[in-house]
Amino acid sequence: MTDLPADLPGELEARADASAGRSTPWRTGLRRFRRHTVAVVSVGYLLLVVAAAVFAPTLSGYDPNAVDLEHVREAPSAAHWLGTDPTGRDVFSRLLHAARVSLGVGLAAAGLAVVFGTLLGGLAGLLGRWVDSVVMRLADVFLSFPTVVVTVVVAGILGPSVPTMIIAIGLFQWPVCGRIVRGVTLSLREQEYLLAARAAGAGSFWLMTRHIVPAALPPISVAATLAVAQAIGLESTLSFLGLGVQPPTPSWGNMLTDAQSLTVIAGQPWLWLAPGIAVALTVLAVNFIGDGLRDAVDPRQS
Amino acid sequence: MGAYLARRLMTNVLVFFLITIAIFWLVHKTPGDPIAMRIPPDQLNSGTAEYIAQRRHELGLDRPIVVQYWFWLVNAVQGDLGYSLLNGRPVTELLAERIGPTVELMLVGLLISLLIAFPLGILAARRRNSAWDYGTAVVSLGSVSIPVFFVALIGIYLFSLKLQLLPASGISDPTNPGLLDTLSHLVLPAVILGFANSGTYLRYVRSSMITELNADYVRTAEAKGASPRRVVVRHALRNSLIPVLTVIATNMGQLLGGAVVIEQVFAWPGMGQLAVSSVFQQDYSVIVGFALLVAILVLLSNLLADVLYTLVDPRVRLR
Repeated sequence: MTDLPADLPGELEARADASAGRSTPWRTGLRRFRRHTVAVVSVGYLLLVVAAAVFAPTLSGYDPNAVDLEHVREAPSAAHWLGTDPTGRDVFSRLLHAARVSLGVGLAAAGLAVVFGTLLGGLAGLLGRWVDSVVMRLADVFLSFPTVVVTVVVAGILGPSVPTMIIAIGLFQWPVCGRIVRGVTLSLREQEYLLAARAAGAGSFWLMTRHIVPAALPPISVAATLAVAQAIGLESTLSFLGLGVQPPTPSWGNMLTDAQSLTVIAGQPWLWLAPGIAVALTVLAVNFIGDGLRDAVDPRQS
Repeated sequence: MGAYLARRLMTNVLVFFLITIAIFWLVHKTPGDPIAMRIPPDQLNSGTAEYIAQRRHELGLDRPIVVQYWFWLVNAVQGDLGYSLLNGRPVTELLAERIGPTVELMLVGLLISLLIAFPLGILAARRRNSAWDYGTAVVSLGSVSIPVFFVALIGIYLFSLKLQLLPASGISDPTNPGLLDTLSHLVLPAVILGFANSGTYLRYVRSSMITELNADYVRTAEAKGASPRRVVVRHALRNSLIPVLTVIATNMGQLLGGAVVIEQVFAWPGMGQLAVSSVFQQDYSVIVGFALLVAILVLLSNLLADVLYTLVDPRVRLR
């Protein structure tokens, strides 16, 4: 579940204009990305989700936590676009507010993974020798442990909480980014400008922040996008199990927790279909964007 | 080869010790006193401070933490994982009766995911950049993107509730036992677990097949007049199995993660369901036992990946 298939429509066109001269790398990348239709559509969808999350209070019209016992389990209607849940809360409003939580947790966890990954991957590549082998062995080990199970264990011992979940996701998703940064660092290490910087007395910190990270930024951005997709999916899974975001705060995952009874699945599909589709489409969109970015950043890497 | 495997074995043992330290440290950080929790509430009020102190001493809880860790580790390695705080049964026994259903679900799920991944992966590799290729790319992206619990809910909605074809929960129906009953309970969870994992394998089968199909020996075989089918099955597929086998072994943890979620949705009586319910009942000893078992399982799979790698690929054996 870590990496994603690379080839999608657009790759060929992206390759074709790789030779189009006279443009900055950013502009070339943007043009290649725009050829990737699915990714562009995904960006549009994601902007919509972000807007929904930002303007949730104005758009929804209902307080997401307002209990209304006179209107429980109502089917979708003009008053409640996506119906109401067992305590009469407006599902549409909860869906919009959940977008804030789910995107927020996803971004935070992925950010943590990228920071860990860049730091450890950069150190491994820069210092080499035993540091490199230890970090890379650790990467293998961390990657082989399923984040869901790790979080079950940690939440079981420390109690479920959002910070626990974010740290668990960040800790166990860093190797994807770590390997990429290490690879870039290794190829940069012997470059003359890096040797020059070193000769001028630059320390590891300077080399990392001034030379390695900027050079590795394009591949890092791809890894970061894929990490966000992964993190949003994990958040929803963990919250669904009751180990992440705790009610009454809505998240796409915990909105589906109520759907664990057969009567709800059969009789009130609006309670679980909407949040489920929201997570699935969002994760798909972010993954498509990651794919498009990969082609834009480096069309050969596929 | 022997030296290589011995080094890997050492690393795995070391990692296992680090994991036990991490688990012990986490448990040590919990606010609850495991001894106080084992005393019935009515006895807690009747001057049991001495009793608690005595029990703490007996269990070594007044010793330095390093000694406590050592006691705990020695017991755990010998299979003594303590007792469930909830019903007092030995943790080893609880886990032992749950491991079978989980392994069953995982193996059948793995089989199904390979049945999806191999044909589609080979197809995509042979017709690169065709509609087939893009189609399989969408399948694999969907498989890794759509959360498994949502697929499970849709599966239950369609096949259990609307079509009434398959049971929605449990591993068997005691009133109607038999092979058909077992299979009907297994189909939905296993297929969904299989789909959720197929994307990862599909991607590796495809890229590995592409590498092999471009190799010189494939051109030789084609030049000799071997049929396309023979070239794929006898030549390219064999060699492309090497990286795929390794991925299957290292992906065991992710497979288990998916199984944990599916067990929860389908009320499948496996380890995952036990672990998740233990979380809500704060049954620490069961969770710790589960954690150790998972660690062993994942590390053994990693080791298996290394062994497979050396066995199948003669180039590694020379190292």
